[in-house]
Amino acid sequence: MNSPLPNSFRAGPDDRGHFGKFGGRFVAETLMPLILDLEKAYAEAKADPAFQAEMTGYLKHYVGRPSPLYFAERLTAHFGGAKIYFKREDLNHTGAHKVNNVLGQILLAKRMGKPRIIAETGAGMHGVATATMCAKFGLQCVVYMGAVDVERQQPNVLRMRALGAEVRPVTSGANTLKDAMNEALRDWVTNVHDTFYCIGTVAGPHPYPMMVRDFQAVIGTEVRSQILEAEGRLPNSLVACIGGGSNAMGLFHPFLDDRDVAIYGVEAAGHGLSKLHAASIAGGQPGVLHGNRTYLLMDHDGQIQEAHSISAGLDYPGIGPEHAWLHEVGRVNFLSATDTEALDAFKLCCRLEGIIPALEPSHALAKVAELAPELPSEHLMVVNMSGRGDKDLASVAEHLGGQF
Amino acid sequence: MTGRIEARFAALQQQGRAAFVTFLMAGDPDLETSLALIKALPQAGADIIEIGMPFTDPMADGPAIQAAALRALQSGTTLKKTLDLVRAFRAGDNVTPIVLMGYYNPIYIYGVDQFLIDAKEAGIDGLIVVDLPPEEDGELCLPAMRAGLNFIRLATPTTDDKRLPAVLANTSGFVYYVSITGITGSASADAKAVSSAVQRIKRHTPLPVCVGFGIRTTDAANEIARHADGAVVGSALVDVLRNSLDAEGRATATTVPAVIELATALAQGVHAAAK
Repeated sequence: MNSPLPNSFRAGPDDRGHFGKFGGRFVAETLMPLILDLEKAYAEAKADPAFQAEMTGYLKHYVGRPSPLYFAERLTAHFGGAKIYFKREDLNHTGAHKVNNVLGQILLAKRMGKPRIIAETGAGMHGVATATMCAKFGLQCVVYMGAVDVERQQPNVLRMRALGAEVRPVTSGANTLKDAMNEALRDWVTNVHDTFYCIGTVAGPHPYPMMVRDFQAVIGTEVRSQILEAEGRLPNSLVACIGGGSNAMGLFHPFLDDRDVAIYGVEAAGHGLSKLHAASIAGGQPGVLHGNRTYLLMDHDGQIQEAHSISAGLDYPGIGPEHAWLHEVGRVNFLSATDTEALDAFKLCCRLEGIIPALEPSHALAKVAELAPELPSEHLMVVNMSGRGDKDLASVAEHLGGQF
Repeated sequence: MTGRIEARFAALQQQGRAAFVTFLMAGDPDLETSLALIKALPQAGADIIEIGMPFTDPMADGPAIQAAALRALQSGTTLKKTLDLVRAFRAGDNVTPIVLMGYYNPIYIYGVDQFLIDAKEAGIDGLIVVDLPPEEDGELCLPAMRAGLNFIRLATPTTDDKRLPAVLANTSGFVYYVSITGITGSASADAKAVSSAVQRIKRHTPLPVCVGFGIRTTDAANEIARHADGAVVGSALVDVLRNSLDAEGRATATTVPAVIELATALAQGVHAAAK
């Protein structure tokens, strides 16, 4: 890159939703007025102390925040290097970081007078969080989920149904998260008058990447004060898994201007980067899909390719536009972990820490296994334990066969 | 120089009739059949031909056109081959306007500047790119205008009077009014609502206004053509095409005749409308 580094990595996006050349608003005209309304409503809510107070109250009393910052003592001893902390987003109500964002968007939907909520979901954690908040606030909820994911994440499908949501299996394309997002957009374009689209990650047209990031930034903000309290200094490194990248952005964003903090995002390398995978930065190129310009997996003709990951939550051929920009300016280092590496890390975490991690953060743990042993014991490393793994037990058992 | 689209609307206005605009996906179910179809469309009464550029993720399209795009991609259609298709059509027809319709990513990956050079050379007159609203005009709309191609914008029921000037500002050729909020091939449009929407748009622009989404029958095409400068039919033609395919999704001897028969009937509906 020839362009000089920005004074701040936290200033984006610009007023047209761009992070460098990434982001933007690439949507059909039917949706454009809705997106402009949303941008205005969010700006007003963000500046309204009453909205912020309402969020803070529910985050504390309903979600259970702050989530602990936990010293993973046996994992640290096992690797024999960096001192490893887990940010326990898995202990949130509904079992993952997703609820932070959903709470914000549902309160905004209420404020905008939208009675019907739609969402897309991959692993089902965003769907469960959305179904939960809709139940709590008495809103209608429709969740689009790829038919493949409906099969491999049955517990979450049942949870959504128990919470009163309608789960619509999507049978177009590859029947996974990308196709669920297409269907949700088709629903939104049809039901413009009463429907709020609750996007689950830091992607989509502006203002979603910014808004979802803001709602998730509570993760990194808490880590900052918790690590200062525990260690009296900032961490030396942060590690998080990345599909669309909302848990990672939530952890990273408050630290972007602390340039001594090394930041690692871990993509899903599936069967390996030369085979089927879901690593858009490592194996993709900039393109336009789902309302934004970002790194995408595609062929030479610009046709989107199917992603593959053992983790349904990372099984998406794109990444949030702000991550794409942070990659290009070199602020975040992007690594990738294969299905097998993630499964090994999953087992290790269960046995050493008594924590069953979701397959998504197991990808982050897989890279901790590589990074931590090479680092000195005074190196403080914070890993985002973005969700719990109960939902994944059936697929882990299937993959590990007799070893499980 | 007057473009083919402008010339066509001027001629239609003299004849006092509306334009019949057809949509088919390039390479559906294969490029050879596609060429045979678009070559036959002017004779069947098509005044303007829209050709879909297949894309894996057509977010604003219903099941019929999604499936058409997948058939086209399966048969090996690329953006380059779509341009070749138009070039082959132009060898025998230098007057019927051709408009490419689709999504931005394949064009972006082809390279905007090279695409505009190649599209112009192939004989393409206009572009409709669903996921490029006025907010992203710098991407393709402005370069296309400079390259001498029409950039045809979609206006929708959600495009209010406040927003219309922005939508129309860099639109040329014609305005495509999407008569419903929804995806292609779903609900049908209410003629009264369409009529008032067309009048509303015409207060803001001298451009012709064509109406699409939800037109499936000769009667519906006739009704819309009374209230607009043109009627666009896509999903209905694509459905007939699909129903003519064999079990493996390949073209049969009935494919071209079946599509052309429906196109002919729809054209009669449009052309019978008194203006």
